[in-house]
Amino acid sequence: MENTTAPATLVTADGTPLKASLQRALRQRRRQAFMLVLPLLVFIFVLFIMPIATMLTRSVDNPEVNSILPRTVIALQSWDETTGELPSEEVFKTIAAEFVAGSQPGKKVINKVGKRLNYELPGMSSLFRTSTRKIRRMKTGPYREKMINIKIVGKRWADVATWRLLKREGDPVTASYFLSAMDMRVDSKGEIKSKPVDNQIYKFLFVRTFLMSIGITFMTILLGYPIAYLLATLPMRHAALLMILVLLPFWTSLLVRTSAWMVLLGNEGVINDLLVWAGFLGDKSRLALINNRTGTFVAMTHILLPFMILPLYSVMKTIPPSYMRAARSMGATQLRAHIKVYFPLTLTGIGAGTLLVFILAIGYYITPELVGGQSGVFISNQIAGKFDSGNWGLASALGAILFVFVLLLYAVYDKIIGIDKMKLG
Amino acid sequence: MVGSSSGEPMVRFKGVQKSYDGEILVVKDLNLDIAPGEFVTMLGPSGSGKTTCLMMLAGFEPATHGEIYLNGEPINNVPPHKRGIGMVFQNYALFPHMTVAENLAFPLEVRGMNKADQQAKVKRALEMVELPEMGGRRPAQLSGGQQQRVAVARALVFDPQLILMDEPLGALDKQLREQMQYEIKHIHESLGVTVVYVTHDQAEALTMSDRIAVFDDGIIQQISSPDVLYEKPDTSFVAQFIGENNKLGGTIEKVQKDGTCVVKLSTGDMVKAKGVNIGEVGSRTTMSLRPERVTINPKAKSVPNIVEGTIAELIYLGDHIRTRMTVADSDEFIVKIPNAYGHAALKEGSKVKVGWETEDCRALDPL
Ligand SMILES: Nc1ncnc2c1ncn2[C@@H]1O[C@H](COP(=O)(O)OP(=O)(O)OP(=O)(O)O)[C@@H](O)[C@H]1O
Ligand SMILES: [Mg+2]
Repeated sequence: MENTTAPATLVTADGTPLKASLQRALRQRRRQAFMLVLPLLVFIFVLFIMPIATMLTRSVDNPEVNSILPRTVIALQSWDETTGELPSEEVFKTIAAEFVAGSQPGKKVINKVGKRLNYELPGMSSLFRTSTRKIRRMKTGPYREKMINIKIVGKRWADVATWRLLKREGDPVTASYFLSAMDMRVDSKGEIKSKPVDNQIYKFLFVRTFLMSIGITFMTILLGYPIAYLLATLPMRHAALLMILVLLPFWTSLLVRTSAWMVLLGNEGVINDLLVWAGFLGDKSRLALINNRTGTFVAMTHILLPFMILPLYSVMKTIPPSYMRAARSMGATQLRAHIKVYFPLTLTGIGAGTLLVFILAIGYYITPELVGGQSGVFISNQIAGKFDSGNWGLASALGAILFVFVLLLYAVYDKIIGIDKMKLG
Repeated sequence: MVGSSSGEPMVRFKGVQKSYDGEILVVKDLNLDIAPGEFVTMLGPSGSGKTTCLMMLAGFEPATHGEIYLNGEPINNVPPHKRGIGMVFQNYALFPHMTVAENLAFPLEVRGMNKADQQAKVKRALEMVELPEMGGRRPAQLSGGQQQRVAVARALVFDPQLILMDEPLGALDKQLREQMQYEIKHIHESLGVTVVYVTHDQAEALTMSDRIAVFDDGIIQQISSPDVLYEKPDTSFVAQFIGENNKLGGTIEKVQKDGTCVVKLSTGDMVKAKGVNIGEVGSRTTMSLRPERVTINPKAKSVPNIVEGTIAELIYLGDHIRTRMTVADSDEFIVKIPNAYGHAALKEGSKVKVGWETEDCRALDPL
């Protein structure tokens, strides 16, 4: 006869239930573990997550019109931009008042709106600067008439497009940075259109960055594979020497390495001099090896090569020589054993190296800047340029596109090979 | 099938030497003939050059000096893939990116066999090693013993006449190892292939081989069938390496015409031994005596040699009692006393007599 009462809960020696006691012990352990990684988490948050988050917000953040001309934005809500008629006198009066308020000595903020709108529609900046002076002198209405009659720039106030733009950019969140980053814009009818081909810059730069990165990655595989193979198979003594040669670039500054290529590839550089000296080239027909795509390609291949060699080496090092011997004992020639056995086993290394080199390449900045000239610059150079000129919104949008692209690559890699299989050096 | 009396040897090492660094000879003057169908084991301690010999035979290491013949043809300049030798490696070396079936088909594919024939052969090979259902799996999804069988099947699938195995069972536990020993032996017998097997496990060598070559320091110390090796070791190293052995040091006093010699022990006692590998009168020798050939408390005159010893330790092992004694210069003198009715009641520390036949005590080179 089994008893039917519920089994008594287990208790520890001092009478607390075992489960609760266990929970407490585990909680304490977890807390300790958490405290240990806390500095790292803070570090990652401050230096990694926050900048990326800031970048992502900056790319859609649109505070200028909304915060400097708030009442105008509200007044424009009741204006129907589809009729093709100008806003009412009321709207003109409001904006004139906000022009005055926004241009007080000491806190002249109205020009920021002009600068912001100028990204979307050239001429806005000068319209705002000129209008400020004129409007401050207007004591009474009718504002509409007076503003339209401002010399030279006044006709922009009579243009419905100006008001459409003001209304559209009154929204605190905007897609226009992303649109320009993809060479698109909102046309006068409010539809999203591609810019004319002649005005497209970023798309073209993205494609160039992408294609050249593929080329560079491919080149590093081609050059890195045999080197990694030698590293993994040579006797210890020679392998160590070779490893030092591979790592040497890491010990020299990136700038020095790039400058070395300038010395080598330049018009009066070592390579051209040698070719001329050897008679392969006339002095007039020196090769253009730098300040163009060739320069970027050569220098970046060299700089990124170790990032291909190291993951390859670490994978090759784990392949026991007995695999090749087994293949050969079964009748495969050296070449066949390589293709059928060795190469497939190194695919994870190629994957890791490709991912690493490619991602580094599409975000590279210094080398293309120094040796790329006009035709060899990458999208990062454009991003840096936008930051310099103060257009953080567009720079952030371009950066965000690159970022999403990299994440996509990771996802694809994870799908095909698996991130957990990645071995780096 | 012992020896190479009938016809041409399958494998012949003739004066082979090997050095990796040009300073140390890892293999010193190797001469070895292996007859077709023979199962020859290379046995020896770690670093004695067994793998090196196998690698030279397979073609992965060049011989520094001397010539290796396969079916009468010198093969020093034949690349490994043209030698047609099957190989089983210690870590199995199954290709991890291929399924078991693909692994087995590899040597067939390389030989340009058509797909249908390949499949048939792979199927047969898998059946031979009793893994008919495993063709679709990856090597990583198999147990150690199963991987081992696949490795054997892969070495056999292209019908080589000669198979080399380098410690194929080294990674397996004892029970599985014994089972695999039996299976490999069975395959060897049913297919009639020649096997050169490397191990440093003497029990494995004794159970499987037709002949065993005992290696030490790059030299074959003795090559014989298992029973000869155990009962008639030529050198102290072999006596010590194969099976359990009692060694007694002494000086040769006299050598008789029939080969028997008289040896003076460290205690001054004179014993007789069979002179096998000895120097002149007055030189040192180490005598070898198997524990099971020693009788304890023999009747006077029942055996020619009787000396006194002290019992150091008694270990009860059920069917027999293992007795460790101090006898002359040896304090590791082992006697196995059968746990039969009326066996001697012994005490640790007591003095007893031990005796043996002259035939069972072999005077060898001094250790
Ligand atoms: N590739 C090599 N280069 C240099 N020396 C080597 C090489 N391979 C083996 N040796 C040396 O040759 C000697 C014999 O090695 P070998 O591998 O033949 O021994 P083994 O009998 O197979 O030993 P084990 O039972 O440990 O496998 C060792 O002293 C070893 O250090
Ligand atoms: Mg070995």
